Amino acid sequence: MLRFILTRVSLIIPTFIGITLLAFFLIRLVPGDPIETMAGERGIDAARHEQLRKEFGFDKPVIVQYGIYISRVLQGDLGKSLITQAPVWEEFKSLFPATVELALCAILFALVIGLPAGMLAAIRRNSIFDHGVMGISLAGYSMPIFWWGLILILVFSVQLDLTPVSGRIDVLYYIEPVTGLLLIDSLLSGEEGAFASAVEHLILPTIVLGTVPLAVIARMTRSAMLEVLGEDYIRTAKAKGLSRFRVVALHALRNALIPVVTVIGLQVGVLFTGAILTETIFSWPGVGKWLIDAIFRRDYPVLQGGALLLGIVVMSVNLIVDLAYGLINPRIRHHR
Amino acid sequence: MALLEIENLSVEFPTQGGVMRAVDGVSLKLEEGEVLGVVGESGSGKSVTMLALMGLVPFPGRVRADKLSFNGRNLLTISDRERRKLTGKDVAMIFQEPTTSLNPCFTIGFQLTETLRLHEGMDRKAARRRAIELLEQVGIPSPESRLSAFPHQLSGGMNQRVMIAMAIACNPKLLIADEPTTALDVTIQAQILDLLINLQKERNMALVMITHDMGVIAETAKRIMVMYAGQIMEERAAQELFAAPQHPYTAALLAALPENSTGGRLSTIPGVVPGLYDRPRGCLFSPRCAYATEHSRNVRPELRPWAGGQIRCHYPLGDASRTARINADHPLGTEVAS
Repeated sequence: MLRFILTRVSLIIPTFIGITLLAFFLIRLVPGDPIETMAGERGIDAARHEQLRKEFGFDKPVIVQYGIYISRVLQGDLGKSLITQAPVWEEFKSLFPATVELALCAILFALVIGLPAGMLAAIRRNSIFDHGVMGISLAGYSMPIFWWGLILILVFSVQLDLTPVSGRIDVLYYIEPVTGLLLIDSLLSGEEGAFASAVEHLILPTIVLGTVPLAVIARMTRSAMLEVLGEDYIRTAKAKGLSRFRVVALHALRNALIPVVTVIGLQVGVLFTGAILTETIFSWPGVGKWLIDAIFRRDYPVLQGGALLLGIVVMSVNLIVDLAYGLINPRIRHHR
Repeated sequence: MALLEIENLSVEFPTQGGVMRAVDGVSLKLEEGEVLGVVGESGSGKSVTMLALMGLVPFPGRVRADKLSFNGRNLLTISDRERRKLTGKDVAMIFQEPTTSLNPCFTIGFQLTETLRLHEGMDRKAARRRAIELLEQVGIPSPESRLSAFPHQLSGGMNQRVMIAMAIACNPKLLIADEPTTALDVTIQAQILDLLINLQKERNMALVMITHDMGVIAETAKRIMVMYAGQIMEERAAQELFAAPQHPYTAALLAALPENSTGGRLSTIPGVVPGLYDRPRGCLFSPRCAYATEHSRNVRPELRPWAGGQIRCHYPLGDASRTARINADHPLGTEVAS
């Protein structure tokens, strides 16, 4: 067990090198540099530009810059944002809870709808319900996130005026961050209407971000369920005289969950990718939008640090999912 | 009144190529405490007959019967809920593959106590105590520690014992054992059979033993039912059936037993069980029968009382007039039966 964890943790090292390499060199392939973007349309004279490049250290060869960056990162220093001058780590820390909140709601949404839908589709295989669920989930899986988000905004925010267009909460409220998760903080603050406002703001982003995982979970649950329902032990459970519900929701689901949990673990990476798009569409103040802004501003340290931190988060979550695997699959628990 | 009465039971599976009859007109009576052996080749409908009785015929199978009554209750008309109160309690079943028949995600204890809590309304403690007793009865050493084990941690023989413990947990009136020893080692097979017989005697429950092994059934059953292609071919008291089989199929099965082999080679029955497309018009066994005539190929024999049991054959082996009738039914006049 310990060995397993150590092997997995040691995998972080090559990933760390890969992420830093990619983030560092790719952003430098983009034309323009932070100084030009800061100067904006007014431009900047060449001598001053050169002077600033020297100050920031952009005059050195790229490979030397990379070496300097890595040695700093290894000392725990991710650098400062070129634009705000705030440490990257501090910015990440303050924005990450927003992304976590959105991602949690999205995966919860996907599970609450995807699991029962997949189960029902499996039980009523080849029924209209089954074909409906599978058709919709295929559509959901193939939907470009940004397009889906814009359509939802158009319909529910603009046409029907049901939900706010952007942000996490109405500007009327100032909520002291305690946990960083607005749903909890707004309740703690005791301000009237704050919680409702936070929920309203969450609905559309949750749906947009949760659509792909929802589709994947529904399909996976259905196929896993179909396989399990044909197993001998399901016949045994029926032969015991158990109710149909108990046979399906306990004996079958418990086994069907094993492949589904794997898929959920793999969806975490997808979720963060999706969060970048979703946050941009809904101006959600999380790390996704922060990274996109960093690209446009050529804010090298933010992009590098953000990519690295997100990478570590995804790897950690996948590790946790793998460990949780043993909890639901006794055969693995005892063989390790 | 018989414990179990089945009249004209059929189970059909609609397939792309037509309707497949897995069970065809099976009629059967079973008294309390009786041991019945059901034999036949793979695909002869033995298991499906019993699954129909349990209400476990897999989708999309259709079950039809003129009568299907258990312990005085008509299984054809009672609700699913009522029926579930019977299955697992008064009639229980154990299966061929013990290891896959137990749920890999739950402990032995959970799966065993589940039945007790459902049917007997026991609380957790009482069910646990009873579960330990049951495991002891089926001969599992240190039963207390086995309660927290998972099926993959036990051997096939142990798992089958657990299955048996589960089946007898609520003192069923009828236990159906569907090839309970096929997946096990020979040494374990004998142990499991002994266990089943002892339990049957102790509790005086009716036992249906499904098998394709004539040897297994000879030692256990008082009455034997021979099935072929979904139909009953012969059904009689075990001793008489072994001493003097009446149906050519039964005789051929017995002749194929290694212990009955006289020469160097084992006797076999040529051909295979008819499938969906090559189902004969007449007697289902006629394509493989040494005594088949024009008549038996065209006219399907009815299941009829014969020699203290039932038979489905135009020319039972014990029939004094059979030679003459076979010769008469042969248009070419070839002498087959001699």
